Amino acid sequence: MTVEEKLVQWDPVDIKAKLIAKYPPKVARKRAKQIMINEALENETPEITANVRTIPGIITMRGCTYAGCKGVIMGPTRDIVNLVHGPIGCSFYAWLTRRNQTDPGPEGPDGENFMPYAFSTDMQEQDIIFGGEKKLEAAIQEAYDLFHPKSIAIFATCPVGLIGDDIHTVTRLMKEKFGDCNVYAFSCEGYKGVSQSAGHHIANNQVFRHIVGENDEVKPGKFKINLLGEYNIGGDGFEIDRIFDKCGITCISTFSGNSTYDQFASAHTADLNAVMCHRSINYVADMLETKYGIPWIKVNFIGAEATAKSLRKIAQYFDDKDLIKKVEEVIAEEMPAVEAVAADVKTRTDGKTAMLFVGASRAHHYQGLFTEMGMKVISAGYEFAHRDDYEGRQVIPDLKLDADSRNIEELVVEPDETRFAPRKTAKEIAALEADGLDFKKYDGLIPDMAKDTLIIDDLNQYEAEKLVELMKPDIFCAGIKEKFSIMKLGVPMKQLHSYDSGGPYAGFKGAMNFYAEIDRLTNSKVWSYLKAPWQESPELTAAYVWE
Amino acid sequence: MAKVMRKVAIYGKGGIGKSTTTQNTVAGLAEMGRKVMIVGCDPKADSTRLMLGGLAQKSVLDTLREEGEDVELDDIRKEGYGGVLCVESGGPEPGVGCAGRGIITSINMLESLGAYEESEGLDYAFYDVLGDVVCGGFAMPIRDGKAQEIYIVVSGEMMAMYAANNISKGINKFAQNGSVRLGGLICNSRMVDNEKEMIEKFAEKLGTHMIHFVPRHNDVQRAEINRKTVIDWNSEAEQADEYRALARAIDENEKFVIPQPMEIEELESLLMEFGLMEAV
Repeated sequence: MTVEEKLVQWDPVDIKAKLIAKYPPKVARKRAKQIMINEALENETPEITANVRTIPGIITMRGCTYAGCKGVIMGPTRDIVNLVHGPIGCSFYAWLTRRNQTDPGPEGPDGENFMPYAFSTDMQEQDIIFGGEKKLEAAIQEAYDLFHPKSIAIFATCPVGLIGDDIHTVTRLMKEKFGDCNVYAFSCEGYKGVSQSAGHHIANNQVFRHIVGENDEVKPGKFKINLLGEYNIGGDGFEIDRIFDKCGITCISTFSGNSTYDQFASAHTADLNAVMCHRSINYVADMLETKYGIPWIKVNFIGAEATAKSLRKIAQYFDDKDLIKKVEEVIAEEMPAVEAVAADVKTRTDGKTAMLFVGASRAHHYQGLFTEMGMKVISAGYEFAHRDDYEGRQVIPDLKLDADSRNIEELVVEPDETRFAPRKTAKEIAALEADGLDFKKYDGLIPDMAKDTLIIDDLNQYEAEKLVELMKPDIFCAGIKEKFSIMKLGVPMKQLHSYDSGGPYAGFKGAMNFYAEIDRLTNSKVWSYLKAPWQESPELTAAYVWE
Repeated sequence: MAKVMRKVAIYGKGGIGKSTTTQNTVAGLAEMGRKVMIVGCDPKADSTRLMLGGLAQKSVLDTLREEGEDVELDDIRKEGYGGVLCVESGGPEPGVGCAGRGIITSINMLESLGAYEESEGLDYAFYDVLGDVVCGGFAMPIRDGKAQEIYIVVSGEMMAMYAANNISKGINKFAQNGSVRLGGLICNSRMVDNEKEMIEKFAEKLGTHMIHFVPRHNDVQRAEINRKTVIDWNSEAEQADEYRALARAIDENEKFVIPQPMEIEELESLLMEFGLMEAV
């Protein structure tokens, strides 16, 4: 089947109608608002419903608030003891499942790295009945005695919220008792928000409240930035750090791939915040700006073009001739190899189609890589985005604050009395903006997608299978929960949360890895050998045993 | 023929006198030769104090916590006045943990230990449940047929009647899918004007009956100070006969209904009607 045939085969209006045809009227009405046919309007973006409750009965791709807080934001930091207060299942299944990598740090293999440990209070029925505070206190003490970490973070699972254990008082008292260990807690009970997004917000708040600003030591480096929303899945962060080093850019803190407690603690000493995953970390970016005067820009290190563009933006911000020159040199040095691989792969991938349903930045960022391979993204969407991740930050003032959002604390910060120092004057900012460098701006997914593509929020298992059946993409990208149901449909599937066993896919080297991986997946013969049962014997016949 | 054990739960507003009424009534049943077990479902663990002559009982949950898996029936069950078997579910200190979950665990434990087996020869199991039915745990005795007859202790005070009406809603809900029925209202007098008539009328509206009117008497307090039921403390007392009458009424009771809870407006007007009537 050629691509041309496929593209004329479907009409987006028809696809949308078919996706919701089997739903009861009320469900169909709700889902219709989350399924959008992209119109590619010039000056405005159409509205999509996002960050609303998943309808009961629908098998969502989303995760829970606890997963967003513990797994995503806090999981990748190596020297914080992440202690889960709850039954063992929540602890075990949130342990290292995201393939966050970490390097051993300057101390080498003997340095502090607690990521290979699963810390849990292992709540039992007795703790639910009589309260778990004493057990939590004992667990914190035990972790402290065993490891003497700089910091211990406590994560609340659902039952903790139900029985009302006062985890914040326990952590405050333990912090006072130890004196040399920062202990704090996250009220990130799984049920709190409509998706993991609530957990990101809760993590952002507590990291900012309890860690950022704890270490005023100014580290050497001329061009100091923080990289926000990069989680070092499959070594992405290592590749980005390699490029930064080459350019002479110093990364003070990454939130939170390959990070340490001290990096977070001194994040306020950087001069620019480069935000990658907007959804998961924009709160920290905003608070760093308000409290310490550090501006933020949106970057993207997924895709060779995007990486080059992001490096140029950083250089433009610092407005330094040497840096601008160095960045151009690095790009010129790195690009030929990338382009060579792309040119080769493109002969086999050009015109193929992809679907992306992941995160609230990855479904956007990865489109650059597919474009570089000549592939077309025909449908994409986020699991846990808010409207601004689709439509751009300009819609934030219009966002409805529903009961679920009000349930999550909104931290109000003021400029720091002694440490607030605007890194750029208003005039400098205005000049940079006039030169095309946007601050605090994210345009979202919609403007970057072609007309008549389908943008779907909070896709579910039924719709995913239906979508694959109707549009027959050459590759489908999502997470582990979707992996095998999609592969059973005879379509290659790439996990873009954990990268299966691959990566890095960020930066220049990552781009080459990704091209090769997608080439391998979409051009593999294995799918032609795999026949679904109904393809082999369309009709089942049987006879009664007594016949 | 094997005896069929009657499973009774006593509900009512907090402070209305459920534990006192339960124990005094059970003393009456014991005197009649009935074999009774009381299961206290209150974290305070004071539902069997008058039977045991003090807070002498180690609760199921405490035992479970200390002994682990290895719990025997005799560890958690004590014999009190008149051979009445006493069990306290127990629970957490106020303000921590989940008492409701505790009651569920505790009743399951009693069942698995065989406390309700025929071989125990019980005529009655009485559940004395804390205040209002605040969550699923406190509804445990009326769920799944754990208790089949409910008596609500009530007085002519407005809030007590509100609570009784609310409890009726709970019974109504569980009765739809189970065997639980309302056996009647026990009026524990607070000397309110026209109290007896009002509660009789209230009971009629709910579709049940007032099974007994227990007048207020200081002997109840005196017996309690001595950690005894009235029958145990002074068998000759007038009040002892009241509890004997209540015990007999329960023993002979055949009126078990699915209550029809009243609308709030209707309940208010009932209170107005009797409350404003000249005291007789």
